[in-house]
Amino acid sequence: MSQDLLYIIASIGLFGIGLYGLIVAPHIIRKILAINIMSIGVFMLLVASASTVNGTPDPVLHAMVLTGIVVAIAGTALALFLAGKIHTLGQASDKDGH
Amino acid sequence: MDSLLNVDILLPMLVGLPLIAAILTTLAKGHGLRASISIAVALIQLIIVVALLSWLSNGGTSLEAQHQRYSLGGWGAPLGIDLTIDGFSALMLALTATLTLVLTVYSRYYFFEPHAQLDKTARFWPLWWLLIVGINGLFLSGDIFNIYVTLEIIGLAAVALVALDGSRAALTAALRYLLVGLLGSLCYLLAVALLYRTYGTLDLAQLSVIAEPTAITWAALALITTGLLLKTALVPLHFWLPLAHGSAPAPVSAILSALVVKTSFYLLARFWLDALAPASTDYGLIMLGILGAAAIFWGSIQALRATRLKLMVAYSTVAQLGYLFLLFPLVLSTGDTRDAGLTGPAVSAIAYFIVAHACAKAAMFLVAGNIMRTFGHDDIARLHGLAKYMPLSLFTFAIAGASLIGLPPSAGFISKWLLLNVAIDAAQWWWVIIILSGGLMAAMYVFRVLNIAFISVDEKAQIEPKHLPTNKLPTIMPLCAFFLAMLTIALGFNAELILDLVTIGDDV
Repeated sequence: MSQDLLYIIASIGLFGIGLYGLIVAPHIIRKILAINIMSIGVFMLLVASASTVNGTPDPVLHAMVLTGIVVAIAGTALALFLAGKIHTLGQASDKDGH
Repeated sequence: MDSLLNVDILLPMLVGLPLIAAILTTLAKGHGLRASISIAVALIQLIIVVALLSWLSNGGTSLEAQHQRYSLGGWGAPLGIDLTIDGFSALMLALTATLTLVLTVYSRYYFFEPHAQLDKTARFWPLWWLLIVGINGLFLSGDIFNIYVTLEIIGLAAVALVALDGSRAALTAALRYLLVGLLGSLCYLLAVALLYRTYGTLDLAQLSVIAEPTAITWAALALITTGLLLKTALVPLHFWLPLAHGSAPAPVSAILSALVVKTSFYLLARFWLDALAPASTDYGLIMLGILGAAAIFWGSIQALRATRLKLMVAYSTVAQLGYLFLLFPLVLSTGDTRDAGLTGPAVSAIAYFIVAHACAKAAMFLVAGNIMRTFGHDDIARLHGLAKYMPLSLFTFAIAGASLIGLPPSAGFISKWLLLNVAIDAAQWWWVIIILSGGLMAAMYVFRVLNIAFISVDEKAQIEPKHLPTNKLPTIMPLCAFFLAMLTIALGFNAELILDLVTIGDDV
């Protein structure tokens, strides 16, 4: 059970670190990374919760983590695309200004 | 009951049909074809919902279960995913189907320009339908993890739709919306993990039976509330909404303000009053009400100060969302049995409010879109002569505005009247002051626009010619907005229709 507790503390810690980074980090890429650290924290809690008394892991939680990873990838991809597009547009308007 | 009205087919169809539309509009070539497919699907969706409603009001009540259920793939809870429906979610589905149809017709003309960027309109339709998939799925979900998935579908599709414009402002607003949305979903997912660890189920109905007021449940409820308040944009977490709703294309703004923010509110109501009701404390409920009151004042003040029409309408959404949160303190002493699910006079009043606001706000955003198309801008200070050039649009704006203010005979009047009744019955007179002053402030920002619109161009000789309208709109675009505004009047005269629907579960 102490192992379980370790995972819980670690995942809450990751969630907290990510949340701090999301709020404090000035750069957009850092914010996107921070969101990913937060989601890893949540996924770890889900995976850790899958251990049961009789040793066979709970498949529902694994399915949830897989779905969560897919969602995280989609969200990250969209965020990176938008950040890249904003950056390119910003450069273009800077050139126009000069 | 014949096979057409079989709920076993209807519930999954409401999720499957928009998904098919999303695929078809991706494959189809040409704006005309994509729009025709979409209008056809939107019609079928409305017919399905009407069939579902008639099933619910005829046979649905005689079933012993209050929540009507359908197990996807034949796997029941707790392992499988259940689709459920009750009076409240049925009403939300009906609202979604109606708005989808009107906005789809509007979008067919809004995005049709001979020389428009083709890829923009090509991207619109699949994203539009994915958004509807998410909204329908969310209202039907009886499973907290499935709700997470639908929240993400809604979030990602909505962000992409906001970014559709391609301008730097729109992209920045979309990115901020995305980060806020992801943060909200992650808080929610963490709560799902905590709840599953503790109770071993993801099913909403099972949770409502076994949930206990323990520290873990409180933590989960706090996380869910934080996450969903971010997505609902309740003051002080509203910072992302005005820009996102103000930069999106008109039909997208309309559905974001009318439905998308309310999906998270619906979930909040579901968790606080139904699934996790044993853990919801009086202080928490009152706190949500106070935040709602703050939203009414802050949103109205910002709407008064806004210089652009779309921003004003978006801030008005921030204010109107505040009213919804008055639900939480008002259930306290209305005699509602708080663990009986989403029923009772306060819930009926709020459900009616949601419908009234959705129609009025969608109409307003469409009018703002029409004005932007015609005038090339939506600067409130330069809308002189609007009454002369766009009389129908202005009339629509006035009716929708009357509903927001709460003037009879609009639906907005009935919804505020119901809310006032509930507040007085609950002996919480202070909400009465807030509801009434909110209406007064809405009057101030609506009349501010009307005032400028009636100043004729001749009186303002200094107006430059380029500020005069240049584009002519297809007649159907103002008509769509007008239809929605008329809907608020029609609902004002037929309030029992909506109220009967919400109370379907009560008779059981």
